[in-house]
Formats: sequence, C-alpha cells, structure tokens
Amino acid sequence: MSLLHLEDVTRTVIPPDQPALTILSGVNLTIEPGDHVSIVGRSGSGKSTLLNLLGLLDLPTSGVISFDDRPIKSYSGARRDRLRGASIGFVFQQFNLLAGRTALENVTMPLLYSSGRTFWRRKKIAAEMLELVGLGHRMNSMPDRLSGGEQQRVAIARSLVRGPRLILADEPTGALDLDTGQSVMELIDDVAERTGAAQVVITHDPMIARRARRHFRLDRGILTPVDDPAFEPLTRREMREMSPVEPSATAEDRDRDVLELFGVPEPAAPDAPERKDA
Amino acid sequence: MGGLTGFVGALLEAWQEVRVHRTRVLLSLIGVAVAVCSLTTVVALGAIVQQANQELSERQGGRPATLYVSAFRLNGTIDPADMDAAWSKTLERYDISYASRVQNTVQLVPFATGSVQVGTQAVDQPFGEMHRVRLVEGSWFSPTDEQQLAPRLIVNEVFWDRMGRPPLESHPVVALGGDGVPGATSGIPAGGTLAVIIGVTPASTWETEPTMIMLARHAEAMQKAAAGERGSAAAAADPYGGGGAPQSQYEMWVPPELADALTAAVTRDLQGALGDGTEVNVSRQDWAQYGDDPFLVTKLVVIGIAVLVLLLGALGLVNIALVTVKQRVREIGIRRSFGATAGRVFFAVMMESVVATVVAGALGVVAAILIVQSPAMRDLVGQGMVSDFPPFPVDAAITGLIAATAVGALAGLLPALVAVRVKVIDAIRY
Repeated sequence: MSLLHLEDVTRTVIPPDQPALTILSGVNLTIEPGDHVSIVGRSGSGKSTLLNLLGLLDLPTSGVISFDDRPIKSYSGARRDRLRGASIGFVFQQFNLLAGRTALENVTMPLLYSSGRTFWRRKKIAAEMLELVGLGHRMNSMPDRLSGGEQQRVAIARSLVRGPRLILADEPTGALDLDTGQSVMELIDDVAERTGAAQVVITHDPMIARRARRHFRLDRGILTPVDDPAFEPLTRREMREMSPVEPSATAEDRDRDVLELFGVPEPAAPDAPERKDA
Repeated sequence: MGGLTGFVGALLEAWQEVRVHRTRVLLSLIGVAVAVCSLTTVVALGAIVQQANQELSERQGGRPATLYVSAFRLNGTIDPADMDAAWSKTLERYDISYASRVQNTVQLVPFATGSVQVGTQAVDQPFGEMHRVRLVEGSWFSPTDEQQLAPRLIVNEVFWDRMGRPPLESHPVVALGGDGVPGATSGIPAGGTLAVIIGVTPASTWETEPTMIMLARHAEAMQKAAAGERGSAAAAADPYGGGGAPQSQYEMWVPPELADALTAAVTRDLQGALGDGTEVNVSRQDWAQYGDDPFLVTKLVVIGIAVLVLLLGALGLVNIALVTVKQRVREIGIRRSFGATAGRVFFAVMMESVVATVVAGALGVVAAILIVQSPAMRDLVGQGMVSDFPPFPVDAAITGLIAATAVGALAGLLPALVAVRVKVIDAIRY
C-alpha cells in the first residue's frame, strides 16, 4: 500500500483576463512508507504547486491524489486538514517559527490541533521532542535568540512532534551554512529512519539531493525521474565523511551546479511565456 | 472530547496571540475600552438626565398617575365642607392613601426687615411623596403633625435666609396671622399663632420671594379661628381681605393601570355625592398621561451619540485589524500547514478579537460605573434636581458589553475571512 500516490495530476490556474495556465502536467509519483525522494526545479517550475498538492493543501484540476490508497477528493476540507496535521510534517527553508513564542511553544503548536491524551500532554511531548533534537536547554528561548541551526532544529522538532508518516522538506537547508545544513539533514534522516516516515525533499543542494534514494526533476510543470549515476544515494558512511562544498561557493553557483547535474535547462528566453507558481 | 480540545485549543491560541501581540492588542483595547466606556457613560447619564427631567415634571404635575379633581356648580357654589366630605369618602371607598388637597393662599409673615405676604401652599401630608418635595434641611411633615396645635411649616431657602438660617434643631418659629394682618380682628392672638419651621426646600436661583408649605388642616383651623370674629364663612375662608374664598384643588396618586377606571368611578361618585347640577372634572396632568414617550427625543439623541462613539471605536479597531492582517497571513499559513482547519482558524482569529474586546468592554463598563456614580458627575448632571438617583442602569452595562462583543466580532470577521482564504504555501513563502 502506497502512502501517497499522484496519478496523472494536472493543476491549472486561470489568471484574471488571461488564458488558463497549466502549472503541473501529467505528474505521476508514488511515495512509499519510509521512502526518501528529492525533487529539484527552477523557480517557476511548479515546485510550490506540487508541494501544495503533496501536502494536501490543494486539489488537482485533473488526475487523482490518493493518501493511503484513498482519493483525497473523497475527504472533506476539514478532514483533509486533520489528516495533514496528523500525517504530514512540514520543514520550511525559512524555518517559519512563530515569533514571540518560545521554542517549546512553537513545538507545542501542532499538538493544539490534536485531541485526547496527546492534546492534554502536549507540553511534555513537545519537551521530549526538543530533547531529542538536542535543544532541551533552549526550550524557553525565543526564536530570535537562537542560531539558524537551532531554529531549524526547532522547526524539525515541530514538524515531527505529531509523528508524521510523511515529511515534506521545502529547501530545508537553504538558509543554513553548509555544515549546519548537513547536520540538520542528518537529524531529519535519523528521525525519519527511526520513525519510518517517508521524506520528500525539495532542494537545490546536490549533497542534500544525494541523500535521497530516488530523484526527480521538475521542469515546466513536468516531473521526471533522474537516473543519473551521479545521484546514486550516499551510504551512511559517505554522508558522515562528506566534506562541505568550498565555503566560497555562492548559493547561485551551487544552484547552477545542481541544476546542471540534474540536466535542467537554462532559464527560458525572454520572449518565452512567463510562468508563475500558483 | 474533540470538541472540547478544539475549543480549549482555540482559546489557548487566542490567548497566545493576545499575549504575543500585547502592544497592538493594548492599543486596540484602549480604543474599544474608551468607546464602550463612552457608550455606557452616555447611556447611564442619559438615564440620570431622564430621571432629572422626570422628577422635575413630577414636582409640577405629580407622579404617574396623578388624578386632578375639581368640581363646580353652574349656579351657586359648592360648600368646601361638603366637597371635603365627599372627597374623604371617595378616598376611603377606593382605599387611596396618596391624596392631597392643595390650597394656594398668602400669609403675612413678620421678618426682621418687615412683614411680607408669603405665598403659602396648604397641603395634606402625602403631598410631599406625591410631588417628590425635596428638602435641603429638616424633614417633611409626619402623619402626626396634623395633631400638633402649633402649625408646622416647610419654608423655602429665601424664607430661611431672611430668618438668618436658624438651625432647625432649635425649633425656629414665626408668628402667623398676628396684628400685622390688614384690617383683621381675628380669633388669633394679637401676637399671632406661632408656627414651627421643620423643613427647608431648596430655592432655585431665580426665586427671590419667600414661600412656605403648611398642612391643610392647620390652614383650615387658622381660617376658622380668623373667621370667629368676622362672622361669615366667606370672611373665614378669606380672613385677609382678598377676593373671595380660596379654592382647594384635589389630587390623588393612583396606579397608572387603574387611572382610567378610577377617573370614571371618582367622577361618578363625586357627582352623586355633591348632587345634581354639579360638574366634576377628573383628569391626569402627569408627564405619563400622553401615550408617546415624552423623553423619546432625549433617548434618541443619547442613543445616537452612543452609536457614533461606538462606531468611532470600532473604526479604530478595524483599522488596526486591517493593518495586521498581512502580518498574520504567514502565521495562519503555518498553522494551516500543521493541521489547523479553516473553521478552527476562523474561530481562533474571531475569538482573539472577541476575547480582547470583551475584556476591554468590561474595563470600559467598570470605568463608566466609576464615572457615573461619582458625586461630582451626579452633581453636574443632576443640577440639584434629582432626589432619587437611579442605580447604574444594568441595561447600559449590558449594552456596553454586547456592543464590545459585537465590535470584536465585526473587527475579527475581516481578518478571520482573510485567514481562511489564505493559500498556505504562498503565505508561508510570503
């Protein structure tokens, strides 16, 4: 039984006074429990739209998305929200911690949408999760008093606190230096491996992408698997021994490198129709 | 269970939001608190002003329902004794305890600066309650005062001032009907009848002449005594050489719902008692005799001002809410991504606004109570005309709280609607 299955999924939007714009076209993707998938794509390639669909935040224009082999169209909006809260954890590039709340309150937040014992024991559960990510001593710190790596670890604790079966990571190391990024990814991999959660990582970083077992590229709304041998998954040992990319490398350089490796073409010519994420 | 955790969770979210954004919330609270305080104060002060107007009306025309009774014959006059007897019998029959005769006359009173004709109102004891007579010193006539041989007097402040404002505990007296009575050779002793002053009514700023109130029974006794040497009823009723016997008016204070029935019954009974050829007129002259609310205009003005004040407060709140909508979009997107349903987000955002404004409303109502109940404000609004200050109107407090809740819901509605329409990933990447 697959965890999440996209079958011939298309997403079209109709901008005001303009013809319909197809953002995603014929996307097929199956995520198994414990799976580890990476997706790369340029800005405007449809990553946000795909993330919306994978996170059950949006419905496809055509095609079928199934969660636990059940089409999500059969769920009501509220039930889909509850399913997302219970089964999917998001890790964002910008951490997106709630300002003015302590690390503990941030990690407690998803548990406010749970029920029963989990709801009433939310502080204890959140504290345990912060201990797990090594931030037991920073529970009462505000986000602006934490380093980037610490903030991302809080964000990871928050995404994992309800024990999700699918972790959606949207450029999770994009705002971190390389060393910190690697350690954050190790943490996600470690927790995912222990809990059996599947991972879908959208990234520009080749090292992060190599951590996945399966690789996809998204270009102009079309998702295609990448079987390049350069993207053979890293072994655990390789991951640990992996040296950081040259510190002088800029984000743009790294983006270009990874996109070249994935075979993603250069940006469209100026006269090409402009695309925009929905 | 799920409903309970959902409700508690929404409350916790609202409280966290209020706590985290306390500066913004405080600013909006101040606006709402001031608006609700103003609204409640205006409504409460309006009630006091209405009470002041009402009491002023009741001092003139009596309380609702006061029936004024008069009788006359087309040919001849009605013997006052017959009229008094018929009146007493009517009161007894219908068990009316609040009733009074009212006779306006003058009495010569010797002051240190010379004798002065003093306007005198002779009334029965219940008159004070019926007309809300207010005293600045002493007390109104007691039911046993009629038995006193020395007449009791209630004088106005002008009268009291001319006497040098003697303390009432010293039982100050004045001589009535003495040698100073023009052309009178009455049964009253040469030095006059000593009357004891037991109370003082406030004088308005425009009042410059002394006046006094005495019991009708004492006035009647004095008239009879004065008539003893003049030998005629007409002179007895008018011992000071005026133009005829002073006419008594009769009035009774009855439950408003019985007023119409009693009007007919009293008219019928008095006509029967006084015989053929007598015209009896019974009518209401209190403020409530008209079907329309005479204070409607006052109320409408007050309500209009209150609504304007509240709208200004609401405008401020909505303004702040609109400014913060953009800030909140990101947070709402994050919450949605972690499982918050649209309904939950809507409820939490609304709750935040409503909880904040209800707290502000409660503070505003408390402030309004302190303002309205303060003696300085009462003096300012009552202008010395209110004897029965109304308690702080509960409906004003409730109106204030309901208005605060409504404003909170209204101000929370916009961000709540925006919140549920947030495109989650776009909001997070915003």
